[in-house]
Amino acid sequence: MFKDPEARIVGKESWGDYFLLTFDSPAVSALARPGQFLMIKVSDEPYPLLRRPLGIHSRKDKTLGVFFKVAGIGTALLARKTPGETLDLLGPLGKGFNIDPCLAGKPVLAVGGGRGIAPLYFLAWELRALGASIKILYGGRTQADLPLADKLRAEGFDFACSTDDGTVGRRGLVTELMEDEIKAGGGSPPALVCACGPDPMLQAVALIARDKRLPAELSLESRMGCGFGACWGCVQRIRRDGKAEWIKICEDGPVFPAESVVWEKESP
Amino acid sequence: MSDLSVDLGFLKLKNPILAASGTFGYGLEFEPFLDLNRLGGFVVKGLYYGPREGNPPPRLVETPSGLINAIGLQGIGVEAFIAKVLPKLQALDTAVIVNVCGASEEEYVRVVEALDAEEGIAACEINISCPNVNKDGACPAFSPESTRAVVREVKRASRRPVIVKLSPNVTNIVEIALAAQEAGADAIALVNTFLAMAIDVETRRPKLGNVLGGLSGPAIKPIALRMVYQVASRVKVPVIGMGGIWSGADVLEFMIAGARAVQVGTANLVDPDACLRILGEVEDFCRRKGIERLEDIIATVKT
Repeated sequence: MFKDPEARIVGKESWGDYFLLTFDSPAVSALARPGQFLMIKVSDEPYPLLRRPLGIHSRKDKTLGVFFKVAGIGTALLARKTPGETLDLLGPLGKGFNIDPCLAGKPVLAVGGGRGIAPLYFLAWELRALGASIKILYGGRTQADLPLADKLRAEGFDFACSTDDGTVGRRGLVTELMEDEIKAGGGSPPALVCACGPDPMLQAVALIARDKRLPAELSLESRMGCGFGACWGCVQRIRRDGKAEWIKICEDGPVFPAESVVWEKESP
Repeated sequence: MSDLSVDLGFLKLKNPILAASGTFGYGLEFEPFLDLNRLGGFVVKGLYYGPREGNPPPRLVETPSGLINAIGLQGIGVEAFIAKVLPKLQALDTAVIVNVCGASEEEYVRVVEALDAEEGIAACEINISCPNVNKDGACPAFSPESTRAVVREVKRASRRPVIVKLSPNVTNIVEIALAAQEAGADAIALVNTFLAMAIDVETRRPKLGNVLGGLSGPAIKPIALRMVYQVASRVKVPVIGMGGIWSGADVLEFMIAGARAVQVGTANLVDPDACLRILGEVEDFCRRKGIERLEDIIATVKT
């Protein structure tokens, strides 16, 4: 991991509250793995104080991209940045998805809720390069929450979406779409399920994976202090060797095996 | 080139900048980002005797120019520290200070005794001021009597210099500092975090799992500086100042107020190389002002 104090922004796209910034950061880019994240400074002054953790969304040559939704003052400041300006970032941080070469030729399901699509896009490209057969399920409240849908389709990814209000795709939750997909897959269940999104969605994914006996990895979202294991501010209850402990999301995660995550309200 | 070294009497530091406990992990976490040997030193995360669970999340809330934390001193405990971390720290050429915690006077003594058998530790910092482990933020540093009791026991047990870290959540900080000095403290460090709270107005729930937490960051600096000034004016032992230091100018303010050294805390979380940036700013100041020995500015506030 490095500090890159001057990653020059080379591209910006936006869709309502959603933004995609791409920037040159050769050293960080060279090490980045899907599921890892960056800590990006949003202000030169101590307000807002903390960097913002954002999953790595894309890598192309020496550039990286972050895709985010404006959710507060930090992301609002980040959304004002324009090409030519620079970002001060730490990365790549954390442990990403476990991309095993033996996934080549096998079906993998990526399940993203809202801005949770961010790291799955990078994952999908890497899995495609590996020769895995990736299918992306993308859910949100309404069509405006699925800004990357057209791009995924145009880039030829096997893709389906859902919205709570039915404005596009299946009406309902992305986890219902996931159940449909597994049912339709019949004899060839996914060799791996990778998911990112809000906690209730991830908990539902974990439950389905458990019932269907599918290996699943979840990328957890969390507010963070430092992002590199020093403050112990971002923790999740994780079960290891039969013992549940508060484990640092930034250092040991943000990706965890679904069965290891202990939820606040346990599944039935 | 100015002489930036400072002498605490029991310990000479190559420069006055220490990284503060709780914001610097066990030190090693920062190796990818800076050369630890360039620091005056660092204080490792608080250690109880055994491993400690910490508080339920959320553990952090950002506030204007501040951060409220309620980590609850989650950590590996002194035995694992000695076995796994200390050997790596012993190779460093900087002052390694260990922050010592205890649920009782006996536990403080046990931790100090375990550390006494080891080399490579410059001093112990006795944490009698964490606001996140007892109801209503209670801690030994709340009263002169309990401060005196812990410090006396630890001093009796330890072969090392003892720095006592005080809480700002008291009516009369000078009274507590004098009690620590009287009980044998070799130095006084202040301040720990300010007991604080934040509420989500939508849900009316506290924003921290522990309900209360400790506020740090630039928001607290003027109050911390006032307390350092008050204490440094009254005690004979060296004072280590901290609270919201973000720049070289902040370091100088604390030193002019009477601190012989400082600790940088929350800034480390935002910029893992913050201590070195701040050190550079102190150097620039000395050069600009023609200050040959940084120690000459200690306690020079013109009132």
